[in-house]
Amino acid sequence: MGSLEVWSLIKQGWRRKPEQEDKVRRLISNLPYEDLRRKYQPNRQYANNSIKTTKYTVWSFIPMNLFEQFHRFANVYFVVIAMLNFVPIVNAFEPGVALIPICVILILTAIKDAWEDFRRYQADKQLNNMPCSIYSRKEKDFVSKCWKDVRVGDFVKVVCNEVIPADILLLHSSDPNGVCHIETANLDGETNLKQRQIVRGFAAPDGSFQPEYFSSIIYCEKPSNNLNRFKGYLDKPDKKKIGFGKENLLLRGCTVRNTDEAAGIVVYAGHETKAMLNNKGPRYKRSKLERKVNTDVLFCVALLFIMCLIGALGYFIWLETFPDIPPFVPPDSNNNYISPALSGFYMFFTMVILLQVLIPISLYVSIELIKVGQIFFITNDIDLYDEETDSRIQCRALNITEDLGQIKYIFSDKTGTLTENKMVFRRCSVMGIEYCHRENALRLGAQCETISDDEDIVFQKPKVPSRLQYRQKKGISSLRRSQSARTHMGARYQSEVFTITNEVAFSSPLETDVAPDRRLLRVTCDEKTQIQEWCRVSHCNGSASFMDFFLALAICNTVVVSTAMLPRQRVSRLQSLLKRMGSLSHIVNSFQSIPEKSSKSRSSLKDVKEEEAEDYSDSGSNNPSRRNSSASHHSEEERGTVSDPNGLCYEAESPDEAALVYAAKAYGFTLLARAPDRVTVRLPQGAVLSFEVLDTLAFDSTRKRMSVVVRHPITREVVIYTKGADSAIMELLDCHGRSNKRKKIASKTQRHLDLYASAGLRTLCIAKKVLSEQAYDDWASIRQEAESTIDNREELLMETAVHLETNLTLLGATGIEDRLQDDVPATIAALREAGIQVWVLTGDKNETAVNIAYSCRLFNQGDMVFTLNTDSRSILDCTLGEVRRYTAPSQSWSFQSIVGAVMPTESTGPTFGLVIEGRTLSMVFEAHLQMKLLELARHCRSVLCCRVTPLQKSAVVKLVRNKLKVMTLSIGDGANDVNMIQTADIGIGISGQEGMQAVMASDFAITHFKHLKKLLLVHGHWCYSRLAKMVIYFFYKNVMYVNLLFWYQFYCGFSGTAMIDYWLMIFFNLFFTSTPPIMFGIMDRDISAETLLGLPELYKTGQNSEFYKRATFWIVMLDAFYQSLVCFFIPYWTYQGSDIDIFTFGTPMNTVSLFTILLHLAIEIKSWTAIHWGFMVGSVLLYFIVALIFSAICINCNPPSNPYWIMENQMADPVFYLVCIITTVVALLPRYIIRVLQGTLALSPLVQARKLDRLSTEARDQQIKNWKSQRSPSEVPTNLVSPVDSFSNSFEQSFYNSSLEREIRISFPSCSLSFRLQFLFCTNIQYRSESTSFMKLFALCISSLKYCSFLDFTSY
Amino acid sequence: VSQLGAGTTNRPDNTAFDQQRLPAWQPVLSAGIVIPGFLLVGLAFIGIGVALFVTSRSIQVLENDYTGTGSSVHCSECVNPKTTPCTCQLNFSLSALFQGPVFLYYGLSNYFQNLWGDLSKSPSSSCAPYQYDQNTTIAPCGSVANSMFNDTFTLYQLVNATRKTVPLDGKGIAWWTDYNIKFRNPPEVDGSLAAAFNGTVKPVNWPKPVYDLDPTNPANNGFLNQDFLVWMRTAALPDFWKLYRRITEGEYASGLPAGNYTLEIQYNYPVANFAGRKSVIFSNTSWMGGKNQFLGIAYLVTGSLCVVMSAVMLIVYAKFNSPDEDF
Repeated sequence: MGSLEVWSLIKQGWRRKPEQEDKVRRLISNLPYEDLRRKYQPNRQYANNSIKTTKYTVWSFIPMNLFEQFHRFANVYFVVIAMLNFVPIVNAFEPGVALIPICVILILTAIKDAWEDFRRYQADKQLNNMPCSIYSRKEKDFVSKCWKDVRVGDFVKVVCNEVIPADILLLHSSDPNGVCHIETANLDGETNLKQRQIVRGFAAPDGSFQPEYFSSIIYCEKPSNNLNRFKGYLDKPDKKKIGFGKENLLLRGCTVRNTDEAAGIVVYAGHETKAMLNNKGPRYKRSKLERKVNTDVLFCVALLFIMCLIGALGYFIWLETFPDIPPFVPPDSNNNYISPALSGFYMFFTMVILLQVLIPISLYVSIELIKVGQIFFITNDIDLYDEETDSRIQCRALNITEDLGQIKYIFSDKTGTLTENKMVFRRCSVMGIEYCHRENALRLGAQCETISDDEDIVFQKPKVPSRLQYRQKKGISSLRRSQSARTHMGARYQSEVFTITNEVAFSSPLETDVAPDRRLLRVTCDEKTQIQEWCRVSHCNGSASFMDFFLALAICNTVVVSTAMLPRQRVSRLQSLLKRMGSLSHIVNSFQSIPEKSSKSRSSLKDVKEEEAEDYSDSGSNNPSRRNSSASHHSEEERGTVSDPNGLCYEAESPDEAALVYAAKAYGFTLLARAPDRVTVRLPQGAVLSFEVLDTLAFDSTRKRMSVVVRHPITREVVIYTKGADSAIMELLDCHGRSNKRKKIASKTQRHLDLYASAGLRTLCIAKKVLSEQAYDDWASIRQEAESTIDNREELLMETAVHLETNLTLLGATGIEDRLQDDVPATIAALREAGIQVWVLTGDKNETAVNIAYSCRLFNQGDMVFTLNTDSRSILDCTLGEVRRYTAPSQSWSFQSIVGAVMPTESTGPTFGLVIEGRTLSMVFEAHLQMKLLELARHCRSVLCCRVTPLQKSAVVKLVRNKLKVMTLSIGDGANDVNMIQTADIGIGISGQEGMQAVMASDFAITHFKHLKKLLLVHGHWCYSRLAKMVIYFFYKNVMYVNLLFWYQFYCGFSGTAMIDYWLMIFFNLFFTSTPPIMFGIMDRDISAETLLGLPELYKTGQNSEFYKRATFWIVMLDAFYQSLVCFFIPYWTYQGSDIDIFTFGTPMNTVSLFTILLHLAIEIKSWTAIHWGFMVGSVLLYFIVALIFSAICINCNPPSNPYWIMENQMADPVFYLVCIITTVVALLPRYIIRVLQGTLALSPLVQARKLDRLSTEARDQQIKNWKSQRSPSEVPTNLVSPVDSFSNSFEQSFYNSSLEREIRISFPSCSLSFRLQFLFCTNIQYRSESTSFMKLFALCISSLKYCSFLDFTSY
Repeated sequence: VSQLGAGTTNRPDNTAFDQQRLPAWQPVLSAGIVIPGFLLVGLAFIGIGVALFVTSRSIQVLENDYTGTGSSVHCSECVNPKTTPCTCQLNFSLSALFQGPVFLYYGLSNYFQNLWGDLSKSPSSSCAPYQYDQNTTIAPCGSVANSMFNDTFTLYQLVNATRKTVPLDGKGIAWWTDYNIKFRNPPEVDGSLAAAFNGTVKPVNWPKPVYDLDPTNPANNGFLNQDFLVWMRTAALPDFWKLYRRITEGEYASGLPAGNYTLEIQYNYPVANFAGRKSVIFSNTSWMGGKNQFLGIAYLVTGSLCVVMSAVMLIVYAKFNSPDEDF
């Protein structure tokens, strides 16, 4: 390239339009400038890709850290005091001595900060040096470089499973369709694959990519943290503009999946990437206790001020009392006597220095040390250790351990936090017949004991004769279940108990495996023979529905197929294979027939065939004649354990889609491949069906369903398979008359769905519809139109979808379980008992979230659940008001007059749940209805927010935290929880499958949700009670000791004299009395872990800050004053009027205060281990040894009256001991008596719990049980009498579905709302059978609101 | 998560310490256990209190204020500071033997020897402003030394109208450590202490230089003068005694017999300018030191309180004793 060209390029690089800079980012390729210096680089003004999250550099550490530390009030204070010491006129001690404590504090803190920053530095370095490929013009290829070398304008290539280093505009993909799959788990926590497309017009026909020829200018928006917003255009040299959007952007932190390689140009790098912008820096967290400490320190300052003022005034008055200058008042060094007023003024500062210890000098250091110790114990807890991952709990924030004991609200993510994020197919209902998949349940149960517990209850429940019993008409004897209105919770159905053979011993832990239900398998096997009759049976009459059902499971989704073993070649080969197959017309092909049809594809198909042959033979063995032989079971078992020979791997947008595909596969309907226009399924017989996909109506939350429109390869019919929430599908069924059978199926299926839902399963309905060619063509043209419109395209598309999804034929329903993590319900129950409100904030959809909420006991079946789902402000406002009135107990409200005494009284404790959707939530924020919502939420037992974005999550946390002034905790596992984790007072990350972002942002990282129980109930309680007591004690200790000096001022003319040698004074706080409180703060165990876990309500003491209230501080201050008075005046009166000298007078006081201070702590220590004894006895010994040595060697310190030999003299004097004993006893008597009375009367639960701890293990367990049964309010069934007549005019009622009779819509005249009452199946049935009157039925249903699962508010 | 090699594990140690399960004594303070404690402590305190009280009562103290102003009648002739030197007499009589050994103290009140300015200055400046007098070093320096008490006492027993001198023992009234370790005279020059103090001046308020404090006993001079040492041991409180002499010799070794006595006081030390009072005290001692009623009473009161508390606790225990409480 000639120099002229270079110059022109440089000029081009220089020529930027500043006015554009404001709105858009303009960038061009770096390649032409490759070797030029930085100042000629066109994109130099944009941040490069190296990141730095550290706070300090080596050079700035000392000044910046000191600056940070001096933000702490106490540190400033001590420095000021130290400075004051250097002022000659007020100096009290040797200035050097006064500097020691503050230096120790600063150095200790600096070391800690440096270590934390170093860890951040290492993490950054690791990230910055991750490898990536950048295109080099010189090499004419991509060369390997580090992440930090990536600049805006570079061309970067990423290969499969690689993490994307920066935000890249996708220009090239190895995928023939020009897509690139990415996994955004690191960003939003969603594990599913997302498709990204290359920018239009960049799909090279030969699949090659040559960055040199990229000459366009890119205009895109400025960096923003909105993950879902990205727009811009390419300005091509030929003045053509190509737009692009977020579907063309690969985000930093995401992982490339299923795509060999992708390449593009970097548009944002480093801190400007969306991932980094979303990752707000960690907030400096100060614990609630520490905030309180700081205010109390201020009180201490006020106290100090008053005391110094008294000292100063006292000195002034004292000087004024003398008629002449007495001989003992020395003049200043110039032999002048300064005026009493000025002396008094100076004396103020002398007093400040003398009494400085009143501000607890070592408190902050002690707190830091205690926290280190507490963290040591937390991280060493073996109960919080996870065997599988070999990881302990990580404490990442070092200064908020005690906040764990004060949590009032927990905000939890759902997927991956409460659940394992593994979907398991559990049950299905096909054509009104339920297949409970017992084999599968048992298999899963065998894998997971804890889950199976529930299942066992279901299965082993003795059969109770009940009024309503349904016997399946198909004559399948094993499928007999009974309904009982009396049973609640999950155990509503049961099957006959038959012997469980050993066939369930599947060892494979793969949740993807589904052991087929034997009956269902038999039915499908029967159908296999009918494949030839496909054409005849296609019209969904007869048993072919089973086929349709599984086909729908396999097809109606957006699952991407890949192969587990060799991801790239396999898929691409299979795809190319399928392409060819597609050209062979869409006909059923058994593999045997392929060679005849196409010799060309023969070789490529051959190995596939061979690999699958084994599988087919197995499938073949599943024929009815052999089913019952144990041998076939055996072979099937083996198949279950052996990984799929095909190594097919499904990656789905939502895990339940994958679960359904796996379920279909278990029955032989294997999804082989999916291309945008074609989906291939292998049937059980081995035949391969290739469906032409005409359209996919994607899932959306309003329709709550998705559909695929395919052309059936055999019948050539246009078939629509729809899958969706039951509420969405059931309304769309073709229920116009003629087919009574269909209605029956629908009602039966509905019952099954209700059962599934109550068992906590995620339910989906599967339906189909056959469309005539004409109808499809009509629809397709409308659809085409909708797609091509630009304005409100989304709405139009949805309209067309709604238009198509009508008159469906129900095929069946499925129940999928998102398995809860171990012990989640128990943990939530315990947390709730502890007075903690648990909210779940999830991005998941409403139904799923509600299901999980039920299964993890967040909601009880008896709870009344309000669902707020509207985006109209007025309705929301109205609703919030209505519902609040409804929930607020014992108030007069219009609702009451209507419904009468529907609401149980307060004493019976009605429990409410609230479900709120993301868009409603954003409306709440927009319309400033936050307080109303909170007011409502406070009456609710739990709140569930679904479909919320990460920012909304943090907004909710912030709302509760700021408005209710409570301690909040957020727990999550994905990067979408990062905001919420950082917003809450405590953020907990679950180190799971979803990357480390949540953990990195968190304060504590655990492996399972269940660990939260011990972390909060035990460690939280301990940490809080220990630290709170320690802090209180520290205040007491300092005030008590300093007051001794203060009282002495009255006897030394307020001259700021200390009767204790200043070295001993400093040692007193630094050594003699510092370690016992630290040990106390780390080790004291007021109540054992077992009792704390057994009685979660003990946690409430921490929540209510009972150990450290404002009153506690003042009481302890009073006690400190009392004790110091005793410790001063008993020795004073003893030695009054004798020849005692000053330090001989001070020594007993010092000793007495040591005893008092230590024994005061001894009263507070609740459990004495050897270590406690060691520290206490050690401190006393240390005092005597140091004092003896000090007074033996200190001949010339502190002249003229020095402490030499004073301790020795005192210890030879019996009066010294007599004074020590009586003073200590008198000083501690009041506190001791109060503690004894507290212990005797045992009013507080803590004392009672401590008494329990003294019992043997069995006795304690028994007592805990008794305690619980006493405390928990007995479940009084609500006795409800409704004035039925009173509301007859207020409502217009209509039964919605005459066959189901399960929904009642009520319109309120006052407010255009519809309350949809969904009754539990059993309740409904029971009452229906008793009464036919609508009115009476409704009254009864209302009165049984306890069994009502939903009260759904939707805009109407 | 640390990536440790095979074989090693991150598993925490399952020890009692790490798991916070150390065996512990968990006392729950309640009425049941503290009753015997209170009772025992109470009785012991009452015992000690009685012993202290009885001992204290047996100690004799004779205190006479000789300030000369106010209620004090002695030495009123010397109050006027212009009458120097002034000698006055203080007569008293003993009706019974004053048990020996008898200690003679002088007492000062409202005298703040413990002022901050004297005590806590760093060594370099501890003497300021009494370090230099016209650029000559003061010996001994400092304001405490400067204001040394300089009244002197002589005790006579009146036997048949004649004054019989009671020998006052001035040896060993200072602390042994002060005399032997803490204070040192400068090495004598040519056997003369005065020469050793050459180049220094006496403190401003002193009538005599430090090497001439006790003309009767050359060994009791300089910094090792016993009265000086006693004075330098700073009093803790504004009302204090300081030991002046002991009566340990001859016929008075067993105490002062009944009879009339005269104390001749050389009244040098002015106290009027700070409203102070001077007194002279005769006292004997016991194992618990000087007379002190307070401690005995305090023990008696506290002991009684403890006994009462044990009774109260008994009532509480009877009323609120829960059946599951077995100790």
